[in-house]
Amino acid sequence: MEFLESVFILPFLDIADSPVFFLEVVIGGVLSGVMYSLVALGFVLIFKASGVFNFAQGAMVLFSALTLVGLMEQGVPVFLAIILTTALMVVLAILIEHMMLRHLVNQEGIILFMATIGLNFILEGVGQIAWGSDVKKLDIGLPDTSFEYGDMLFNTLDLSAALIAAVMVTVLALFFQYTGTGRALRAVADDHQAALSVGIPLKTIWIIVWSVAGIVALVAGILWGTKAGVQFSLVLIALKALPVLILGGFTSVPGAIIGGLIIGVGEKVVEVYWGPAFGGAIEGWFAYMLALAFLMFRPQGLFGEKIIERV
Amino acid sequence: MNATSNAPETLLKVEGISLSFGGVKALSNISFDVRKGEIRAIIGPNGAGKSSMLNCINGFYHPQEGQITFKGETRSQMQPHEAAKQGIARTFQNIALFKGMSTLDNIMTGRNLKMKTNFLWQALHLGPARREEMEHREAAERVIDFLEIEQIRKTPVGRLPYGLQKRVELGRALAAEPDLLLLDEPMAGMNHEEKEDMCRYILDVNDQLGTTIVLIEHDMSVVMDISDRVVVLDYGRLLADGTPDVVRANQAVINAYLGVTHE
Repeated sequence: MEFLESVFILPFLDIADSPVFFLEVVIGGVLSGVMYSLVALGFVLIFKASGVFNFAQGAMVLFSALTLVGLMEQGVPVFLAIILTTALMVVLAILIEHMMLRHLVNQEGIILFMATIGLNFILEGVGQIAWGSDVKKLDIGLPDTSFEYGDMLFNTLDLSAALIAAVMVTVLALFFQYTGTGRALRAVADDHQAALSVGIPLKTIWIIVWSVAGIVALVAGILWGTKAGVQFSLVLIALKALPVLILGGFTSVPGAIIGGLIIGVGEKVVEVYWGPAFGGAIEGWFAYMLALAFLMFRPQGLFGEKIIERV
Repeated sequence: MNATSNAPETLLKVEGISLSFGGVKALSNISFDVRKGEIRAIIGPNGAGKSSMLNCINGFYHPQEGQITFKGETRSQMQPHEAAKQGIARTFQNIALFKGMSTLDNIMTGRNLKMKTNFLWQALHLGPARREEMEHREAAERVIDFLEIEQIRKTPVGRLPYGLQKRVELGRALAAEPDLLLLDEPMAGMNHEEKEDMCRYILDVNDQLGTTIVLIEHDMSVVMDISDRVVVLDYGRLLADGTPDVVRANQAVINAYLGVTHE
């Protein structure tokens, strides 16, 4: 009885009691949700353009962040370090195309997936051999102060992160939907052979996509690294992107964004208001529970394409 | 390639093409030519190497021996997207469309090579890129009119019946305004009516757009009706080459199709 009360009644009383605090929790959720979206976006880009679930996306986040910090530790100025790291991610894309994808044209998705698992280990290993495995502080000069607006407390780092992510996401979504290159990317995702026959250079497309995904990884790495330090556990935020993808659908850029927001907000709100009823620490598993529910009732996600096979 | 002579211009010439996969010989020493503006058929029993031949022409396969001359340029190897750039478009035996996209989008991908603006302009979606998108859209609509598929412009092609999918695939190839159109069994799996429609479109393309066509087909009556000249392959070898009448009367062809009596 007491439990039911703490699940169905008390949280709502709390919310009604202090709406300003509730709003603060929601905004906090939106801001961390944007960061999830950003990681999920890296997955969606590659999945859309090559039908590959890139297991190494998390490792790319870690690798880019490690490289950036490493360069800065060598005394390279921030601006230059970011440019160099971006260039490195493009080189990485070219290498991936050259050494991995090129040899796997027209293979099953599962084979490409396996290849990305290998890539994951390589990136984790190389990143740590080159730059060490200590936790590093990343400070590229984003403002990190708090201020009050109305009765609510805001953090400037969270706000700029959200802004950067929002701009990035909007540009990519428009690009995919409304441009010739975007259409070529979607064509490659659909059928390699047919794409080749209409003169779409597969290799160039792959390099573009993996470069963009690398740059998205770098941005995610910068934002997460600034927030939580650059460390091996950055790889794990890729795990958080999974429920986001299941919610939003693997093929939808807007889905990645909204999925990220739902999970960000849901996590925070549930933790704060329903946490006590379950003894706390709901934040850790709430996203996965939600994803499970989606898999049961709407496996293609909110915005994914429903695949109907003709038989 | 001599403009002053009256002989028909040769658009494509394949010479001594041999292709093998491991120990299996798919094609051995095949030579023939395709004249500008003609409909050229490649026929032969299953496994004769017809599709392999098309795949060599558009660069999916790289023959171990021989050379291919297209528009006066000789080469032994070429990548598929380069072939497309040279003006070779094709359809596939098993339809290869972009299933998740609409008919219009599929046909628009055929315009891919005609797009001049680079992806940075397109990313901004303004200025030249926007104007260009409109132009290509009009070209795609013309193809759609031509093939009478207006009603399905917005339909995802994965949902269309087989015959219509084949037509959309032809549309995508046409959108590239090719000099040479390769059709791999354009009428396979169609009913009589659909076949007649497809025949009409192929003849119209050849007639009105002046496109040179190389097609593979099983239905002999269709082949004999619409093609100017026929190449017959059997077990990777060239069996006969000539007008439908000549080919029909060729003893080796009759043997290959009807079987030979062994004493």
